[in-house]
Amino acid sequence: MNDTNFIPPSVLRRSFIELQARARAQSLLDAGTDRELVGPFERMESPWLPAQGIAPQSDDGCVVLKGTISAKPVVVVALEGAFQAGSMGEVSGAKMTAALDLAARDSANGTNTAAVLLLETGGVRLQEANLGLAAIAEVIASVLELRQYAPVITVIAGTVGCFGGMALVAGVSSYVLMTREARLGLNGAEVIEQESGIEEFDSSDRALIWAINGGEQRVGMGVADELVDDDAQRIAASVRRYVEAGLPRMHRSDQVDLYRQRIAALDVSKQFDPVMLRDSWSNTRKKGGAA
Amino acid sequence: MSAQPGIRGKAWFQALTGSNRALDGDPGSLLTADAKLGEETARFICVIPDPKARFPCVRKGEVGLEEAYGLARRVREAIALGASEKKRPIVALVDVKSQAYGRREETAAIFLAAATAAGAYAAARMQGHPIIALVVGQAISGGFLTHGYQANRILAFDDHDVVIHAMHKEAAARITLRSVEELERLGHEIMPMSYDVQDYARLGMLHRLLHVQDPDSPSPTTVAQVQTELIDAVADARAGARDLSSRRSSDGARQMRKAGLLARARMEREWNEP
Repeated sequence: MNDTNFIPPSVLRRSFIELQARARAQSLLDAGTDRELVGPFERMESPWLPAQGIAPQSDDGCVVLKGTISAKPVVVVALEGAFQAGSMGEVSGAKMTAALDLAARDSANGTNTAAVLLLETGGVRLQEANLGLAAIAEVIASVLELRQYAPVITVIAGTVGCFGGMALVAGVSSYVLMTREARLGLNGAEVIEQESGIEEFDSSDRALIWAINGGEQRVGMGVADELVDDDAQRIAASVRRYVEAGLPRMHRSDQVDLYRQRIAALDVSKQFDPVMLRDSWSNTRKKGGAA
Repeated sequence: MSAQPGIRGKAWFQALTGSNRALDGDPGSLLTADAKLGEETARFICVIPDPKARFPCVRKGEVGLEEAYGLARRVREAIALGASEKKRPIVALVDVKSQAYGRREETAAIFLAAATAAGAYAAARMQGHPIIALVVGQAISGGFLTHGYQANRILAFDDHDVVIHAMHKEAAARITLRSVEELERLGHEIMPMSYDVQDYARLGMLHRLLHVQDPDSPSPTTVAQVQTELIDAVADARAGARDLSSRRSSDGARQMRKAGLLARARMEREWNEP
């Protein structure tokens, strides 16, 4: 007892959530292999924000690093949740799409190049509205192109989470890793409350939000693959396993009949109990290729 | 704004296919039919409002769980049909208010449902099916991402009731703490925020804007006109790439998406640098 030399792992670990986008991306790649593409010194900024009195950021909140993981070529695209809630604009979207397309081109030419997407995003950047939505449509298309050859691994660490159209990007990914602190969903609770009323969703009920959108629930019900601790080393180790595993036997978003049947079986007369959903969906769960 | 989304969608679906009923096993909100388009058969798909829908938050024409998985199923079916013949064109008739905003939907992972539908459309496109989105009314937010935005070619009616946007006006105003009037004024200054389909057309993502007489009531003349446009778009899609690159190479994109295109060009240049 009272062994002062003992340092618990929770103190030693390095938080991933507390890292900014660039440091998150760097922490995943083999040491010394990372190279940033279209970095902040090139000042590729949003042309739309200044006109609306909003300071742009010199990387538009999207960091692209190319390097290796387990000596395999990988591109990591990290969204900065601290800039405009990681929202997708014209430039950040173009960077993500281009990186995915180049990885697909290399993969098609024989150099399989996986992508890791660190998604901290509320979805479309409303100040760039239609260009943001169009960018998300293109990112979805590019993920689907690349995942024919190499895995697209999405990590949602928190604290912004992954919402709006970008949740579809998580949906079409080969693998999704989440922390307990992360949330994943199409509509945030505030939006549902606004659109459908407080009786539909009380957005001040934080426990309810996490019971529905939280990482533990999303992994538990089988719509995400692995629950990871907020520990940079362990997250890097998990990502490495999925890079090494390659493609899943079947992508989740191709399992149309399975999910159609599950939706058909639900009792819609009342709200769904997240725990019930976790039990019934995980029983018949088809696991991906890895883990 | 159109009084209710889906009314036009249904009218045009009926005019183009001669059908107005859901297929067996589909929700009443999902219309699918195979119909002649020029010399060949095309699959037409449309999401419409169903006041008796099983899920309460989709009854006004939103795209929900059953709609999204149903879309995915019907698109994948068209791929299976096309295995032994010329790849069948798929026409997504778009008149959708948005995705469903419900707790049931969120709990049951509507994001994945939407992803399966977008994924099915993209799979069909990548395998060589010409996918044409025809926006006859509203095409908003997650509704459009789920149904239509993966098309090779997007056509839209040139009409003030046609709205293509990331979020409908009232919600966008609330979320950005602006009045609807302020948002409309801002839209005229900042092109990507505009709710005007002619401004949307300037962004370069649209294949063509169609001037159709009285778009609420299809007539033999306007149906023939729209069919001709669809046939042209199918031919253009077949002649082009199976990705979304035509949205970046258009004159409009070269004008309005300069920053994004420059970022892309830099990425391509730096990708293989040592």
